[in-house]
Amino acid sequence: MQDRMIARAKELLENGTVDRVMGWKKGEFIYDVTPAVFYTADELEKDFVMNAFTAANVSKYLIAETKKPGRILAFLKPCDSYSFRQLMNEHRVDRDNVYIVGIPSWGKADMEKIRALGITGITDITEKDGDLLVTTVMRETHAVKKYDVYLEKCKNCKSKRIVVYDELLDGENGEDVPNNRFDEVAKIEAMPPDERFAFWRGELSRCIRCNACRNVCPACSCEKCVFDNPKSGVENKAPADDFEENLFHIIRAYHVAGRCTDCGECSRVCPQHIPLHLLNRKFIKDMNELYGDYQAGETEQVRHPVTNYRDDDAEPGIVYTRGGSGR
Amino acid sequence: MQRIGVFVCWCGSNIAGTVDVKKVAQTLGREPGVVFSADYQYMCSQSGQDLIKDSIKQYKLTGAVICSCSPRMHENTFRKAAAAAGLNPYMVEIANIREQVSWIHKDMAAGTEKAIILGRAAIAKVHLNAPLIAGESPVTKRALVIGGGIAGIQTALDIADAGFPVDIVEKSPTIGGKMAQLDKTFPTLDCAACILTPKMVEAAQHENVRILAYSEVAEVKGFVGNFTVKIRRKARYVKEDVCTGCGLCTEKCPQKKAPDEFNLGLSNRRAIYIPFAQAVPKVATIDPDYCMMLKTGKCGVCSKVCGVKAIDYTQKDEFIEENYGAIVAATGFEPIGLDKFDEFAYSLSPDVVTSLEYERLMNAAGPTGGTLLRPSDLKHPHTIVFVQCVGSRCDEKSEKGVPYCSKVCCMYTAKHAMLTREKYPDTEVYVFYIDVRTPGKNFDEFYRRAVEQYDVHYIKGMVGKVVPENGKLKVQASDLLENRQLHIDADMVVLAAAIEPDKSARPLATMLTASMDTNDFFTEAHPKLRPVESPTAGVFLAGMCQGPKDIPETVSQASACAAKVIGLLNKDRLVGNPCVAHSDELMCNGCSQCANVCPYGAITYADKEFRMPDRTTAVRRVAQVNPAVCQGCGACTVTCPSGAMDLFGFSNNQIMAEVDAICK
Repeated sequence: MQDRMIARAKELLENGTVDRVMGWKKGEFIYDVTPAVFYTADELEKDFVMNAFTAANVSKYLIAETKKPGRILAFLKPCDSYSFRQLMNEHRVDRDNVYIVGIPSWGKADMEKIRALGITGITDITEKDGDLLVTTVMRETHAVKKYDVYLEKCKNCKSKRIVVYDELLDGENGEDVPNNRFDEVAKIEAMPPDERFAFWRGELSRCIRCNACRNVCPACSCEKCVFDNPKSGVENKAPADDFEENLFHIIRAYHVAGRCTDCGECSRVCPQHIPLHLLNRKFIKDMNELYGDYQAGETEQVRHPVTNYRDDDAEPGIVYTRGGSGR
Repeated sequence: MQRIGVFVCWCGSNIAGTVDVKKVAQTLGREPGVVFSADYQYMCSQSGQDLIKDSIKQYKLTGAVICSCSPRMHENTFRKAAAAAGLNPYMVEIANIREQVSWIHKDMAAGTEKAIILGRAAIAKVHLNAPLIAGESPVTKRALVIGGGIAGIQTALDIADAGFPVDIVEKSPTIGGKMAQLDKTFPTLDCAACILTPKMVEAAQHENVRILAYSEVAEVKGFVGNFTVKIRRKARYVKEDVCTGCGLCTEKCPQKKAPDEFNLGLSNRRAIYIPFAQAVPKVATIDPDYCMMLKTGKCGVCSKVCGVKAIDYTQKDEFIEENYGAIVAATGFEPIGLDKFDEFAYSLSPDVVTSLEYERLMNAAGPTGGTLLRPSDLKHPHTIVFVQCVGSRCDEKSEKGVPYCSKVCCMYTAKHAMLTREKYPDTEVYVFYIDVRTPGKNFDEFYRRAVEQYDVHYIKGMVGKVVPENGKLKVQASDLLENRQLHIDADMVVLAAAIEPDKSARPLATMLTASMDTNDFFTEAHPKLRPVESPTAGVFLAGMCQGPKDIPETVSQASACAAKVIGLLNKDRLVGNPCVAHSDELMCNGCSQCANVCPYGAITYADKEFRMPDRTTAVRRVAQVNPAVCQGCGACTVTCPSGAMDLFGFSNNQIMAEVDAICK
């Protein structure tokens, strides 16, 4: 697929449809892939990469890129396209300044999970028939089932459908995928309050406030984040106790409520392996149950359930009974 | 640093009884920035206000905290006092230590502590207050009355008489409402139509009144003095301005099976109809559910017979948009549905009727031409049982009925009983009641006449069961005073069904942002002192939509409501509320979430050029608030993820400072 993408990108550069390309760039290691902008065919040939590790959601970069002159080519995976559409709904990206080629995604691998299999000294990883062939310094080759090393966000993929595009690389679109992404949330809901509190205190206690989750999140794209704003009163505030730091994540979850497309980037980038996506999924699950199914980014609807009002809305008094026994 | 004065009110013993006001004044006097603190018996009295004014001047106060009753009571009083002393009125904050402290706590020590904490929060806020200056907005000198019953008609006439144009929006084809369906009115027994129809005609002829019948309010935007209302004019399929109301079409229409709403389905009408003889506007309407032409395209009789070519089968709903300065809700009531009251056999026998249906059966223009005949076999009933409180005064936990007293049933049941005995002396009339409630001028005399002069059998007790059997209605009831069970073979049973607000009022309340109580009655701004205003400025209430009431009360309320509307429309400009939202354009993402939640449409967007940190310029989409439209509800400020939206007078920082002061 990488070759086809490069070929198409070169075509579009050549015929003047776009003047630059948003994609992923090779790093020192095979799994060390970063989003990047390419300006020439040579750059594309040299560094453009599409493999099992190009999980990064590039839609957020398009906020800044579409404000620049010229037109950019963006390859969007299904999950990236949801984020892009949500940004469109919020007027954050200029749709006219981007040419979107939708690309299929059959799941991305988590390097940590490969390492967890006990494979060390990895030099190369190649894809073959849905499996990964891992080569090590000892010249050994390990075949790894891709599903076993999927990122969390790919294991619980909600859709293979690309919701916004100018063309599709494969010519055909994917479909929504049956998934069990709310199972983990339901499990936590079912915990007694004390246990649930202890669970989150435990998870969040690992937070080092590196802000990676916020910086990667396409919904966290404010011109100035409240946590960076001296006027907000919470910027660089010395925490009075160790719960205050936890509130960062709670506030972040509230800020993206109704806008989070569940792209899973927050958990993917967290160096401390905090399951941050569960906070957002709790909101999505609640909204689905209280206001009917809603998927941010799926449609052009700009009013998400939290900012919309309908006569048949659940009254504010209807909240979940503590302990997760339902409404 | 602000120079703050703290004024603690005793409110007689209202506050001082549960709060150690002296201690509150002393403790708050030691807070940073507080240069003066005092307590006084009645801060709202003239001498109390003078204390505030004098202190502002003497101590050069830049802010004031009044620890007193709810800001809904006296905030305005104290702001005016401050303004009189040269202090910006928005530098005054109220700490509510009455409703939120003394009235709900018994323990003096705890109450005092809480009062101090609330005072501290108000002081923390004043430290961040800035003087605000209110803007002004013009007033559209036109009123909208929603509902064309007696409440709406009276309100409209009174406003129109004062010289202001009024539109009446009525959802049914004619104005007149429920009163037009009544036979006689208690306690004077004048004919309802005889006193109502002149008012209907007066409304139709009044140069300042425009009647938009067969119309509904579709959308309300704006705010007090400047509402913009979209009105759906439902298709009558008859040109309203051409039809002369001759009624020929209603005689020739071959579809005779449409239930007549005016007679509550007790008789049928044609598919094209004029609800009743005195309808205003007297224009025919085609019922699309029954018209063969509209349903199958075959018929067209009415069009053929119409001499003025008023029929138009292609008519569509139309929308008109109009500006108003004030809106009156006069949406009225409906009797409750009786499907949950099977014990009274309402659905089993046509001879069990509601009181409103009984009105039609008594009425000369009703289905029986004014002769009392029971619906099943059109024979004279000889024994009639009236049941009061059907669905009224039900237990809050009960799944059927309403918890309140419907107020009018005792009187109209006495009227029915009396009129029945008057016209048909051979009829035995029983009335079963829980209590007979007759407060009102000449009301109790009226009820006593029914009992004493007309020999109506008033029995304290409830009917347990009604069973239709062999053409009779077997009524099983208890007589609580005699402590015995009664079995009556009745010919008719009349149920005084509880009344409830009209179903269309709930979505309307949402459009008007007017609040409703749990029973869907509109709530008034103050139950005693502002009974005809809704808490939403510029929205007023008349008639049953606010609570059960009889005709004289409805008319008085309607006139009171009109007085309030006239007072508003008489002003050329309204002083606005300076506590409005504003956006920090440097932080705004332009994401539109604030515009999505704004109920007033006060937020628009503009593409503006900004100088970026790297010395380039960029065009960004930013929110802008129209301060004349913004009502300061704050919905946008809590929706904005970056905190770019903020509210003057209630800024995020001020609220955080209050919370911090409370949690300290």
